[in-house]
Amino acid sequence: MGFIVGWIRFLGRRGLRFFARLGRGHLFLLNLLAALPSLLPRPGLVVRELYSTGVRSMSIIVVSGLFVGMVLGLQGYNTLSRFGAAESLGALVALSLVRELGPVITALLFMGRAGTSLTAEIGLMKATEQLSGMEMMAVDPVKRIMAPRFVAAFLAMPLLAAIFSAVGVLGGYFVGVGLLGVDSGVFWSQMQANVGWRPDIVNGVIKSAVFGIVVAWIAVFEGYDAVPTSEGVSRATTRTVVNGALAVLALDFVLTALMYGAG
Amino acid sequence: MDEKNRKENRKGLMVQVRGLRFLRGSNVIFDGVDLDIRRGQVTAIMGPSGTGKTTLLRLLGGQLRPDSGTILVDGEEVPRLSRKQLYRLRQRMGMLFQSGALFTDLNVFENVAFPLREHTALPEPIIRDLVLIKLQAVGLRGTAPMMPAELSGGMARRVALARAIALDPMMIMYDEPFTGQDPTSKGVIVQLVRLLNDALGMTSIIVSHDVNETAAIADYIYLISEGRVVGQGTPDALRRDPSPWVDQFLNALPDGPVPFHYPAPDYAEDLLAGADFG
Repeated sequence: MGFIVGWIRFLGRRGLRFFARLGRGHLFLLNLLAALPSLLPRPGLVVRELYSTGVRSMSIIVVSGLFVGMVLGLQGYNTLSRFGAAESLGALVALSLVRELGPVITALLFMGRAGTSLTAEIGLMKATEQLSGMEMMAVDPVKRIMAPRFVAAFLAMPLLAAIFSAVGVLGGYFVGVGLLGVDSGVFWSQMQANVGWRPDIVNGVIKSAVFGIVVAWIAVFEGYDAVPTSEGVSRATTRTVVNGALAVLALDFVLTALMYGAG
Repeated sequence: MDEKNRKENRKGLMVQVRGLRFLRGSNVIFDGVDLDIRRGQVTAIMGPSGTGKTTLLRLLGGQLRPDSGTILVDGEEVPRLSRKQLYRLRQRMGMLFQSGALFTDLNVFENVAFPLREHTALPEPIIRDLVLIKLQAVGLRGTAPMMPAELSGGMARRVALARAIALDPMMIMYDEPFTGQDPTSKGVIVQLVRLLNDALGMTSIIVSHDVNETAAIADYIYLISEGRVVGQGTPDALRRDPSPWVDQFLNALPDGPVPFHYPAPDYAEDLLAGADFG
């Protein structure tokens, strides 16, 4: 009996803690959104963060995009050639990248590269009293530190996803046309004929923008909410990756169902 | 707080605390603390580690809210201020954190310029001159291009002090300014606290447990222990105070009202019980 009561108590405690964090996270998001107008007169703050979160993530995005595109080229060619449809390789590579792999893999890579760095940076600023110091200087850390990073991450995500997809297409082209002998003209014309602006490109951009908001929100919140110790910052960084990846994959399903579910 | 008290507060007192009660969970940190901090003076708040001295500074700065009691700073009741009013008040306050809290991604110059850039629309040449003046005042003008990681602990604290006085505050709060400093750095900071207070006409509040350094420059000392004020007065008056609390703290006695042993079960029983602390 005592064991069952203990379990119920444990579950209750975990549940309360979970909902309290969820509530804090949403209040934090509201604060972030309310702080956005304060960035209008100071675009330099966002540009600086755009450089450190976006530009510095370029190398990993480009290299990963290239390899993913090359793998898609290989796998796609093998599968399509079984049905005598190897000329559709361009369409397959582009659609896979623009609709799905571009936004999702970019979000996961961005989470690992820039999200963890945002969490650790903000968490350490908290642990070393830099955020408290800022507050005591009458400067709101949400406006000065969190909001520029949030906006920069949100802006960087669709751009990086676009670069990932573009480089991926080149990777697929290199393998399909360069190594496996698919006709270059067919590769591009199939792509042009099958990739639509509204259903594919725009939906891909919407996905990556939504992922950008979620990744940026989770990374910045976890840093702000971190226990100000080395262990606390380490746990917050782990939570950013775990919660961020789960949120991106779950949202990907929801968005895909909304965008393409009805066929 | 009635109007009479407010008027008196504006005239002679920079800070007035009455009946301050603050709890952390079920742990009582302050229980009925009264403090008066006079304008233009260096007032020290001393006490053993863990008595909530830093918490008191955070309460004065509005980073924490008391459970009950009033805190007046320059005539304004801090816990009742809106965020906007609080930030306006903080522009007239400076705080030196124990760690210095310098922004690690900015160099020394940019750190000191930070509050000037955030709160004023001064042209860049004026900001440059003001920053150099503040750095000169703490003897570190030569470190302007250096990064915080290149500074020693004492230098970092002096840069933080230059940043704290950048906006010429009416009041500055020092959180353990002497802790972890070598004798030379300690001496420099002791001198700076007094000199800056008198030269800039500020009010200084020092939270510290370094008896000799603090007593050398303080005009008035409050001794806090177990959530209440256990002694107060000028350094000389406090040295003559017969209270066992004051005696134990000022003379660094290992045992007294603050016991050497943290409360625990019986020693022999504890050894024999073999309980797991993992």
